[in-house]
Amino acid sequence: MSGFTKGIETEHVGILVIGGGPAGLAAAVAAKKAGISDILIIERDRMLGGILNQCIHNGFGLHTFREELTGPEYAARFMKQAKELEIPYLLNTMVLSIDRDRRVAIMGRDCGLKTITADAVILAMGCRERPRGALSIPGTRPAGIYTAGTAQRLMNIEGFPIGRRVVILGSGDIGLIMARRLTLEGAKVLTVAELMPYSGGLKRNIVQCLNDYQIPLMLSHTVVNIHGRERVEDVTIAEVDEKRTPIPGTEVRYECDTLLLSCGLLPENELTRTLGASMCGVTGGANVDDLLQTDIPGVFACGNVLHVHDLVDYVSEEATLAGENAAAYLKGEVAARSEGIGITADGGVRYTVPQRIDPLSMRNEVTVRFRVADVYRDKTIAVYRGKTRLFARKTRVLAPGEMEQVKLDRKMLEGLTKDEGLRVTLED
Amino acid sequence: MDRQDVIIIGGGVIGCAVARELSAYDLRVLVLERDEDVCSGTSKANSAIVHAGFDAKPGTKKAHFNVEGSRRTRALAEELDFAYRPNGALVLCFSEEEREQIKELYQRGLENGLSEEEMEILTGEEARLLEPAISKETVCALHAKSSAIVCPFELTVALAENAAKNGVQFRFLSEVSGIERLPDGRFTVTCADGARFESRFIVNAAGVNADTIHNLVSKELLSITPRKGDYLLMDKEVGSTVSRTIFQLPGKLGKGVLVTPTVHGNLLAGPTATDQDDRQNTATTAAELADVQTRGRLSVPDLPLKQVITSFSGIRAHEKNGDFVIGECADAKGFFDAAGIESPGLSAAPAIGQYLAKLIGEEAKAAKKTDFDGSRKGIPHVALLSDAERAALIAENPDYAQIVCRCENVTEGEIREAIRRNPGARSMDGIKRRVRAGMGRCQAGFCTPRVMEILSEELGIPMEEVCKNRPGSELLVHEERQEEGGR
Repeated sequence: MSGFTKGIETEHVGILVIGGGPAGLAAAVAAKKAGISDILIIERDRMLGGILNQCIHNGFGLHTFREELTGPEYAARFMKQAKELEIPYLLNTMVLSIDRDRRVAIMGRDCGLKTITADAVILAMGCRERPRGALSIPGTRPAGIYTAGTAQRLMNIEGFPIGRRVVILGSGDIGLIMARRLTLEGAKVLTVAELMPYSGGLKRNIVQCLNDYQIPLMLSHTVVNIHGRERVEDVTIAEVDEKRTPIPGTEVRYECDTLLLSCGLLPENELTRTLGASMCGVTGGANVDDLLQTDIPGVFACGNVLHVHDLVDYVSEEATLAGENAAAYLKGEVAARSEGIGITADGGVRYTVPQRIDPLSMRNEVTVRFRVADVYRDKTIAVYRGKTRLFARKTRVLAPGEMEQVKLDRKMLEGLTKDEGLRVTLED
Repeated sequence: MDRQDVIIIGGGVIGCAVARELSAYDLRVLVLERDEDVCSGTSKANSAIVHAGFDAKPGTKKAHFNVEGSRRTRALAEELDFAYRPNGALVLCFSEEEREQIKELYQRGLENGLSEEEMEILTGEEARLLEPAISKETVCALHAKSSAIVCPFELTVALAENAAKNGVQFRFLSEVSGIERLPDGRFTVTCADGARFESRFIVNAAGVNADTIHNLVSKELLSITPRKGDYLLMDKEVGSTVSRTIFQLPGKLGKGVLVTPTVHGNLLAGPTATDQDDRQNTATTAAELADVQTRGRLSVPDLPLKQVITSFSGIRAHEKNGDFVIGECADAKGFFDAAGIESPGLSAAPAIGQYLAKLIGEEAKAAKKTDFDGSRKGIPHVALLSDAERAALIAENPDYAQIVCRCENVTEGEIREAIRRNPGARSMDGIKRRVRAGMGRCQAGFCTPRVMEILSEELGIPMEEVCKNRPGSELLVHEERQEEGGR
């Protein structure tokens, strides 16, 4: 389906922003500030702010506002700006489909069915959690198995206790935060088991959420069985070898009523896929150029729908750029784009965003964000143009849980050819 | 004491099929179901195939009711408005030595009453033309054109709703603990909660426990072995990896697993077959899930296992003699069995329902109702409607514009309707089975809080009492911070 059939109301906007979380808000605010008057934000939840609304802990905004805010406070700053700039939005509204001509079918209690045509679209749908089923954990299927984010919503927004004795699988940031949150609410968090030999979360969260509460983190361990018919009764945890295969004989049963899963986030790109945009197999998001534009002209992406971020500050920064670029695109300020030159990620660099750069029409500076594949010590982040090293930065520790970035200057890339290529890598 | 004409023990697909067919007669019918909802046992966890009927041994009840039932299901899909797709099936043969077995299956199909138009034997090449994803090792294949897929939840719920519409009563959380024979030939049925019912007839559709129920009244003992099977369900993105149901010939590795699309567009692989003593244990195991992967890959080498969204297992009720036990118990007049219903039980259900209802109707000398209404309209799936239909529905009730489950695009209107129907959803699983909220790729991560709220509102119960399925499966725990040390 592309838009709705005849007979359904159609509305035209300059920029349609899909998603009213931190990415969508920052993008809309930036586009409005850049002079685009007709913007519309579509939000599927009951309120703007996205996942930040349930992140009631602090630690947000250190980069953006130079102060420590809670999630709702951080979101409120952007909501306030959006309100002051009088950016319209629709709540409780779902985008059902979108096509290459940027015809978008929406449905919601307030708007009913509507087709929106837009000159530019910013994809800011965020991400979702990897569920138990995708992890193929064997055992029974009782109540009491939650992804960390669902538990966080039930506790922090709805205000309900979800369990008393809890095992957490996966040391993603939400899981770590929830370990502390549950402890503060009176539950006993027995352990956090992590399949990998390192945590997927931020160092500061391990210190502040686990260590400070004496919650053990068991690296190279996983849940191999779930027991209990109606409600979780216990889970079996085993150590895994280098191939992440459970080692027989290492199983230990933990009596608990709740299993929390924090095993990775997946960008929510159903719409992007139906749109037919080229996707990146590593990030799960669209492939974008240095303007954060997908390979479909006029369609931009930012935030966790593009690649999963560690800090919301970087989401805001990236989304601001997407908003500005969409505005420039509308105003005809973006020169005709070439296919661009792909950035190769290797030597432990898993991917880069953007995936390609057009040296002819790029901005003066481009931030290239990436994550690494393992924990590395004393490595140098290097960027090569052909055989020439353009950039190098020594690092002490690099970890998969933390996003890294390098900034590339337009001047550095002048006259860059495909044959030369651009490469981000780690070296000793 | 509550007096019934017929008590049906078990609200699975068999019990509900019997109930629906009996509801055409002027009889008081009560269904006693152990769990909180219909379709809570074997009926909810199986391959969801309407088998063509070439597999069962000629002359068996399985063969007879399968062929009858599969034809009946097609008609029933129209009457009761549930998802049904005649997608056809292939039975793959991977070695020259086994080629004969394919021919035998074809012959068996003819003996069982299938027509020559319904089956053909294909070369490996012809089979791959139909299904490019199947193994290059395929030497030949049986193409069963009348094989179909169905939504077992919707089928069971549709039968139950239509039965209820025609006067059948349902009582849930009613595990039968005793049956006594009264001097006048009637039965008294006692439930675990103490409730007692009197009835002229009993239908034993107790699934994996049908032997226990049967053995309460008969000296000709039945013996059911619970046979567990694990399955893997894959994302809709890869739902069209194959378009037909792909079976394997039973080979050195055992019966073989199937790979099939589901009516809702997912891809399903399974089941394993593990005999066990426990009648309730539906825990999947790492070994069995690995087995499904290995054997599934024999048929479809590139089985997209990275796209698994959930795994589950179900229990088949395998009777020791290997056939369905259907009909009146020889030493207990008025007691009718539908026992040992394993594959092809789902396919056979509509025919079993008709057969038993007719037997009982005749024995009870019951008249047919004049006001019987055999039609039922399903809950509208907003995601599948045309724009005009959606607009009309939304104009009538804006709840149908409010998406709650974003993976399956299920609206608030659908969820509320699922609860308001009779028998309606009482639990998260009941909603999931009726309208698919939580069935998608995020596996209820996003919709859980909202579905809980709607259940709480509609049922008038506090959030803490909302269950995943049976009592004891509450999703939340009651606040008891004081006990934890009074922080």
